[in-house]
Amino acid sequence: MSRESTFSFTRWWGVVVKEFLQLKRDPVTFVMILIMPVMQLLLFGYAMNTDPKNLPTALIIGEQSQFTRRIEASLRNSDYFAITKTLDENTARHALAKGEVQFVVSIPVDFSRRLVRGERPAILIEADATDPMTIGGALSALQGIVESVAEKELTGALGHVRGTSEALSIQVHRMYNPEGLTHYNVVPGLMGVILALTTVMMTGLSITKERERGTMENLLALPVSPMEIMMGKIVPYIFIGHFQAGVIILLTRLLFRVPFVGNPFALYVATVLFIASNLMLGVTLSSFTKNQLQAMQLTMFYFLPNMMLSGFTFPFAGMPKWAQVIGNIFPLTHFNRSVRGVLLKGNDWGDLWPHLWPVALFCVVVMALSVLFFRRTLD
Amino acid sequence: MTTCQNTLAIDVQNLGKSFGSKKVVDNVSLTVERGEIYGFLGPNGSGKTTCIRLMCGLLTPDSGSGTCLGFNILRESTHIKRRIGYMTQKFSFWDDLTIRENLDFVARLFAIKGRKAAVDQTLEKLRLQDRANQLTGTLSGGWKQRLALAACMLHKPKLLLLDEPTSGVDPTARRDFWDELHSLAARGISVLVSTHYMDEAERCHKLAYIAYGKLMATGTAPEIIAAKGLHTVVVHGEHLQALSEKLDHTPEVEQTVMFGTSLHASGLDKDALLSTVTDIAGTGLYVEPVETSLEDVFVYMMHRSQNNLRLPQ
Repeated sequence: MSRESTFSFTRWWGVVVKEFLQLKRDPVTFVMILIMPVMQLLLFGYAMNTDPKNLPTALIIGEQSQFTRRIEASLRNSDYFAITKTLDENTARHALAKGEVQFVVSIPVDFSRRLVRGERPAILIEADATDPMTIGGALSALQGIVESVAEKELTGALGHVRGTSEALSIQVHRMYNPEGLTHYNVVPGLMGVILALTTVMMTGLSITKERERGTMENLLALPVSPMEIMMGKIVPYIFIGHFQAGVIILLTRLLFRVPFVGNPFALYVATVLFIASNLMLGVTLSSFTKNQLQAMQLTMFYFLPNMMLSGFTFPFAGMPKWAQVIGNIFPLTHFNRSVRGVLLKGNDWGDLWPHLWPVALFCVVVMALSVLFFRRTLD
Repeated sequence: MTTCQNTLAIDVQNLGKSFGSKKVVDNVSLTVERGEIYGFLGPNGSGKTTCIRLMCGLLTPDSGSGTCLGFNILRESTHIKRRIGYMTQKFSFWDDLTIRENLDFVARLFAIKGRKAAVDQTLEKLRLQDRANQLTGTLSGGWKQRLALAACMLHKPKLLLLDEPTSGVDPTARRDFWDELHSLAARGISVLVSTHYMDEAERCHKLAYIAYGKLMATGTAPEIIAAKGLHTVVVHGEHLQALSEKLDHTPEVEQTVMFGTSLHASGLDKDALLSTVTDIAGTGLYVEPVETSLEDVFVYMMHRSQNNLRLPQ
């Protein structure tokens, strides 16, 4: 039997030592190995909440009475609702379309009088159902609240209707997604996720490839400016991004039958901005990577919090404040809102603007950073 | 800055560059005249590549200054890049582009007028018309090197910086390559070329020898040999390895270099060297004085610089 065929601890140890040495020489991977679990734990542990509380809610109160005051107080006391403002009907609907509030609760005029008359007045609850997961818990809580208030308040003159469930009714309108279909939420969200992953990675790789193969030295010695290199590099990927976006939109319509009720041109602008932001980011990330593997790792490192904090995986409203602040930096968060807004809610320019400018700002900042970090020399 | 901007292709003073705590280029001053082939020699890791990169603006020097074709290497690297041809040590054209596509790309970056004609002309000169659409990655080492030289000549540069252009290239291709360099120099193009080959060093107009980042010697080949005052004897015979080890411990012998069936021994005192080597070699071996070669001098300088560096400071 030859000596090579038996397991040698010396040789094995040689390999172990080599691996550790190489790991040490690759600080990007090393840092990632250390930070990844901490980040995932924090995100999953604190940011993820499938039964979100403190959902922004608008109240439309048609009359001031003992009953409506109790309803309002009970809603305020509940964890589920954060009553942001009491609005008139029009502004409330707009706030719902823009995604500023998750619920609009309206108590009609003459509610108490009709209650006494036994006319079964209705409390109307309009919910933004684009993400069914977000509103599930809150909706059932809302019904419980109204019923328990009714139970307590219907005394004296109203005593005769107490206990009868017919005294009042609660009408729930699941807006934009009446059937509560989760794929209405997931499929448009995937558009951003897929675009982000591929575009960030592709540009990152294309620049890192030059460095890895040694052609960067040649490129830098040629009379071409960093801006020319970067802008030249992202153009092909802008086309690829368009192609991907087109395919995804087509599939969401044909395969998943997701509605498309908003302004297509507004969505196009949002998409172009989003692709540009990802490509610029890919260029910037590539300034910190030596080889293609690192570029892939760094992309994943950026991508993971994106998935979790953008409202794609978990309800945005359910995240703690700090996580929302971070989430609001990512273009994916805003793009998700734009896509859902246009496809499901029929958003137009006015509704989209709050989700467009943060992406544009991100683009500008990241572009400045990429120029700053681009190594004009081999130093 | 300098008064002789018109005649000097490269004029750098006191260049210094460190990576971390390691001084890679230490106080290097160099002048290359127009139409001159300037050889850049030194052991691996001596700072040749770094020096070349400093001159064409690919690296920023920590200290020192200078001009390349009259342009400041610190501030005007854009102008320098447009006028020089730089051939990297490792083949750095795009393997996944065809030969024509590579040339086209370079021609576009230099904004060459009549790009197509220029590329066709280059392909014709390289005798690569038939393989113009072949992927560059599939070329052999010699062809890659010829392509690289042609690509950095496309824009008709006034100065060529060539970093070990002939490493891994067969002797015939090397000879052709050097013939080409000389015809370029005859047309007034300056060439700074780094190499490990002694025969190539001897074909340069002027030489610089660098070791551990320091310039050890500059001048023509005979000047460098003469300056060191080294005398050499050659021993022919067998079992020279044992003799070489003995001679290394003799104060009269500065160094020995083995060449298969002969041994070069060099020392500073011609007579003492000859008598010592003859004594130790004894009978059966044939000892005769020879002219000190460039290689002997370079090996000598390399050992000297190593020893100097080992001294505690």
